[in-house]
Amino acid sequence: MMKMTTNKFQKITVGIIFAWLIFFVFAPNFLVFIVSFLSKDVSNFYALPFTFENYARLFEPLYGTVVWNSLYMSVIATVLCLVIGYPFAFIMTKINEKYRPFLMFLLVLPFWTNSLIRIYGMKVFLGVKGILNEVLLSLGLINEPIRILNTEVAVIIGLVYLLLPFMILPLYSAIEKLDLRLLEAAKDLGANAFQRFVRIIIPLTMPGIVSGCLLVLLPAMGMFYVADLLGGAKVLLVGNVIKSEFLVSRNWPFGAAISIGLTILMALLIFVYYKANKLLNKKVELE
Amino acid sequence: MNRMLRNFFMFVVYAYLYIPIFILVGNSFNGDRYGLSWKGFSWNWYERLFNNDTLIQAAVHSVVIAFVGATLATIIGSLTAIALYRYKFRGKQAVSGMLFVVMMSPDIVMAVSLLALFMIVGISLGFWSLLLAHVTFCLPYVVVSVFSRLKGFDIRMLEAARDLGASEITILRKIILPLALPAIVSGWLLSFTLSLDDVVVSSFVSGASYEILPLKIYSLVKTGVTPEVNALATIMIVLSLVLVMVGQLIGRKHKA
Repeated sequence: MMKMTTNKFQKITVGIIFAWLIFFVFAPNFLVFIVSFLSKDVSNFYALPFTFENYARLFEPLYGTVVWNSLYMSVIATVLCLVIGYPFAFIMTKINEKYRPFLMFLLVLPFWTNSLIRIYGMKVFLGVKGILNEVLLSLGLINEPIRILNTEVAVIIGLVYLLLPFMILPLYSAIEKLDLRLLEAAKDLGANAFQRFVRIIIPLTMPGIVSGCLLVLLPAMGMFYVADLLGGAKVLLVGNVIKSEFLVSRNWPFGAAISIGLTILMALLIFVYYKANKLLNKKVELE
Repeated sequence: MNRMLRNFFMFVVYAYLYIPIFILVGNSFNGDRYGLSWKGFSWNWYERLFNNDTLIQAAVHSVVIAFVGATLATIIGSLTAIALYRYKFRGKQAVSGMLFVVMMSPDIVMAVSLLALFMIVGISLGFWSLLLAHVTFCLPYVVVSVFSRLKGFDIRMLEAARDLGASEITILRKIILPLALPAIVSGWLLSFTLSLDDVVVSSFVSGASYEILPLKIYSLVKTGVTPEVNALATIMIVLSLVLVMVGQLIGRKHKA
């Protein structure tokens, strides 16, 4: 057998990964970037001349409103995930350590099954004649079936359903690391529960909050099938808008501009995450 | 906070996460086509599913893509993780940076960019475009999984092995691979699941020549009630449960 030198092995490995990343990550994104500055062309997808019009459109009422509304839906879903996930993660850290691994396992288990199929299950659950309505009717909480399906509410329920675990996990690991002595100290110094929460717990768990929001908001914008299945054709997420620009109306440049917008938003969020982490580390070092 | 209230809250959240899954499993055995009321136990939908050739074919396609894609991603990803662990090379920062971007960027952004690439370069949409796309979005997960395991081991052990005369291949085979094995397996399992799960990227880069299951299901459930989908969903849920169990068992064995 040929004796391979370190050098050769290293060259081959590094070569493969570089080639892959340049061809399938860098090049495609660069292409989208270029296309976002081109003009619309129905038969060729894009054409010269270069223009900023696609970005300008994002701020025009006619086209831009759809984009901003769809962004708003994802933001609402993220906030809801945080509002449900934070107390959930907090309670989880207080639960007997004997049951905790099992409960955490149950939390991530649904993630391993196809999300499209789970959304379909949610559709059956929320339907006018679905189980939710049946239960509410028989409990006497409502008098006639409520229409949830094909509304914005259904889409948000679906997004939270798929993404809640991604919010809880980072929150849990941030809250678990919390030094409880700090809270006792604050209490001794006269801080009430609200002050302890706002001035100690929230700042110390900020990296968890930001990374949870990152893990929910970014995917939430793209999940067009959630809007398709639960929102009918009326409710749109950014993913639906991009998809129809690319696959239906064949306006690649505008779709590309929205996609680049998402990338910029992602970069901003990651930047915020680094800042939150850095700030926290600095504070800890000072102590 | 009141203890009862706490337990109730936890219960509601878990119910929220699991009810849709239970509904699908239940309806797959329900005689009633619309699943509105229980009309007796029935294997009917499973029979219809196995007689539905297009669904079965799409399922086979999906498994092939997931298997080949996960395997390729695991090979390339593991080698990358090993290189990141062992060597200092120019562009190391760029590699980990790009992998991070792939992991964080919304599926839709990657879908659009790969569609643009395939159309402009002239790769027709079908098996190859799907495979390349799936390998690309699985790669970072394998790298992270394997790298974070290797990071825990002292790199001087490899120097010692080399000083004792071990060749590069021996070091790889006898030291690095056995150490990284649990992470490699779980990276493969994760890739396999991610590939089967993907709707967003696939719907951009697949064509009529090679239909895969999630997209087939998507078009079925968009149009109306198809009880075969319940049967199919149940099979997929059981399958993924088995995969998770295997993953857990392997993880536990290597920890002990």
